[in-house]
Amino acid sequence: MAKVAGAVTINSVQCKGCELCVVACPTDVLKLQPEEVNDRGYHFAFTANPDACIGCASCATVCPDACIEVYRVVNKS
Amino acid sequence: MKPEEIIKDENKIYARPRLLDLRHTHYCPGCSHGVVHRIIAELLDEMGLEDKSMGVAPVGCAVFAYNYIDVDWVEAAHGRAPAVATALHRLHPDHLVFTYQGDGDMAAIGTAESIHAANRGENIAMIFINNGIYGMTGGQMAPTTLLGMKTATTPYGRRADLNGYPLRITELMAQLDGTCYVTRQAVHTPAAVRKAKAAIKKAFENALAGKGTSIVEVVSTCNSGWKMSPAKSNEWMVQHMFERYPLGDLKNV
Amino acid sequence: MEEDVKLMKGNEALAHAAIRYGADGYFGYPITPQSEVLETLEEQMPWETTGMVVLQAESEVSSINMVYGGAASGKAVMTSSSSPGISLMQEGISYLAASDVPALVVNVMRGGPGLGTIQPSQADYFQATKGGGHGDYHMIVLAPATVQEMADFVTLGFDLAFKYRCVSMILADGIVGQMMEKVVLPPQRPRRTDEEIRQQCPWAITGKHGRKHRNICTSLEMESPKMEENNLRFQAVYDEIARNEVRFEQYYTEDAEYVIVAFGTVARICLKAIEEAREAGLKIGLVRPITLWPFPKQVLADLAKRVKGMLVVELNAGQMIEDVQLAVNCSIPVYHFGRMGGMIPNPTEVLDALKLHFNDIK
Repeated sequence: MAKVAGAVTINSVQCKGCELCVVACPTDVLKLQPEEVNDRGYHFAFTANPDACIGCASCATVCPDACIEVYRVVNKS
Repeated sequence: MKPEEIIKDENKIYARPRLLDLRHTHYCPGCSHGVVHRIIAELLDEMGLEDKSMGVAPVGCAVFAYNYIDVDWVEAAHGRAPAVATALHRLHPDHLVFTYQGDGDMAAIGTAESIHAANRGENIAMIFINNGIYGMTGGQMAPTTLLGMKTATTPYGRRADLNGYPLRITELMAQLDGTCYVTRQAVHTPAAVRKAKAAIKKAFENALAGKGTSIVEVVSTCNSGWKMSPAKSNEWMVQHMFERYPLGDLKNV
Repeated sequence: MEEDVKLMKGNEALAHAAIRYGADGYFGYPITPQSEVLETLEEQMPWETTGMVVLQAESEVSSINMVYGGAASGKAVMTSSSSPGISLMQEGISYLAASDVPALVVNVMRGGPGLGTIQPSQADYFQATKGGGHGDYHMIVLAPATVQEMADFVTLGFDLAFKYRCVSMILADGIVGQMMEKVVLPPQRPRRTDEEIRQQCPWAITGKHGRKHRNICTSLEMESPKMEENNLRFQAVYDEIARNEVRFEQYYTEDAEYVIVAFGTVARICLKAIEEAREAGLKIGLVRPITLWPFPKQVLADLAKRVKGMLVVELNAGQMIEDVQLAVNCSIPVYHFGRMGGMIPNPTEVLDALKLHFNDIK
């Protein structure tokens, strides 16, 4: 059975911490930094639970600042 | 697999669109404008339209759209984008001309220009961001503000007897013989974004094919104006805006 | 089309001249007394011959913004209207000026204020020469006195607009719009190709077509130092225009003791009055400003050194007189004679006004 593994990168400089990606993620991969902020003062998003990512790109699809890139690997075994 | 094994160019399935400048936008966190800008930039690249596109920016929050999407732009006076686009397309008929307008631009000050461009069947695409409020000027009533909705100029809520009714200009436009495709979309979920992108693609295709005017309304949030978090704004939009502004195609010929 | 000699109205001549100039687009809305411009263009169907776009817009507001779109894309585009319609266009004209784009706007003036009258007037002088719209800007303002000039100033107006990337206005009174005269129409010039526009107007919004950077046509600049730079750039262009483009005519000024200053068809009435005065031995001269902006200050300043006084005759309550007074720096008496509301003076009235103000004219 094919197993899908995904990963995302987040441009923490561009991120405005709107949290829409966090809401959109079906596997709860993303969170906002609770303390740390970027240069413009936003609690940017990060992959709190990266192993759960399935590479569905839901986060990137709703991101208003286009700061998420998505990678996906389909392992056929 | 570990993320570092997955994060390789050959595995990349989504990247920032090439035609969206890598710079901070002036939009508030979570603003729907950003999503719509992104999908327009994606489409212009995917459809190979970089060299033959002309955008017309409005007055309103999207006034700086030209700073973000890497095609030629004209910045129109408030409400006049459809008139500017009319001339651009008539003088450059083999080009894609699209307007990007907010609710004030499209449905208040520019009602005449919008309706008459659509009635002439100008071969342009009109992207209409309806968030029910004037964002740029600080949250005043828009023509599309819902009854009861509090804004800076309706501090006790919009009243029909004082302020009239929320204007469904998209329904008006659908009645016009010049329009070929009139649809209402949103960008609050991944599925909605994909549908909105497909709608804008169709609007661009129609304009290029000379089928008439296409209007894609995107029911949007203004979390600063609405005074809610972006996530809460999306919920509020689903609960309240969609009742007055239901999603779906109004016309598709 | 070859050069043609025709008998036609000023408005019609203007429309034919626009086609023959190779204009790319006309956008307008009917209003008396200039509707023949749009009517003639629709009748001529230039889209079948030269490819010129002609469109009746839903309002003057829309017309001028269509002009803005066309002008931003490097095309030679124009509109025409009459006074109330031109008032509606002021915002758009300000945008055109602030965006450094060339365009031609024609005002065939009628009497105001308000809905006023459909009869001729020159009461939009201030509006045309002092701004009209918001912000610090100028248009080149050309005042035709003949049907021939209605045709000629289309070419001149477009050429100047493209030379300086500014707005040219033909400020005609309703008389010259409606009057029929002989006119020599120029031969057809070809419209510029899109390739030529991309080469000649590298700033134009044409689609990138391989250009590395995008072009943006905007009048918005949020950073005050940059907006001041923009304003300084506009002013530098206006200074250059003022140095290079002043146009006027003078008649009988060599030995004149008094000078009449008048523009448009009123200058022709005044010339008739002067010819009558000359027969009676009175030494009166005439200066007819052709460019109302830039205003021919120097010729008036020079004349002020040797004439006793000036009379400014206008179809308004006294507008150009302010520029004449500034030009002569109040060194000699300057009086005004005006008719309003669509009334047109005859030569005898002009002579009477001279006699009223200057006691040694008998």
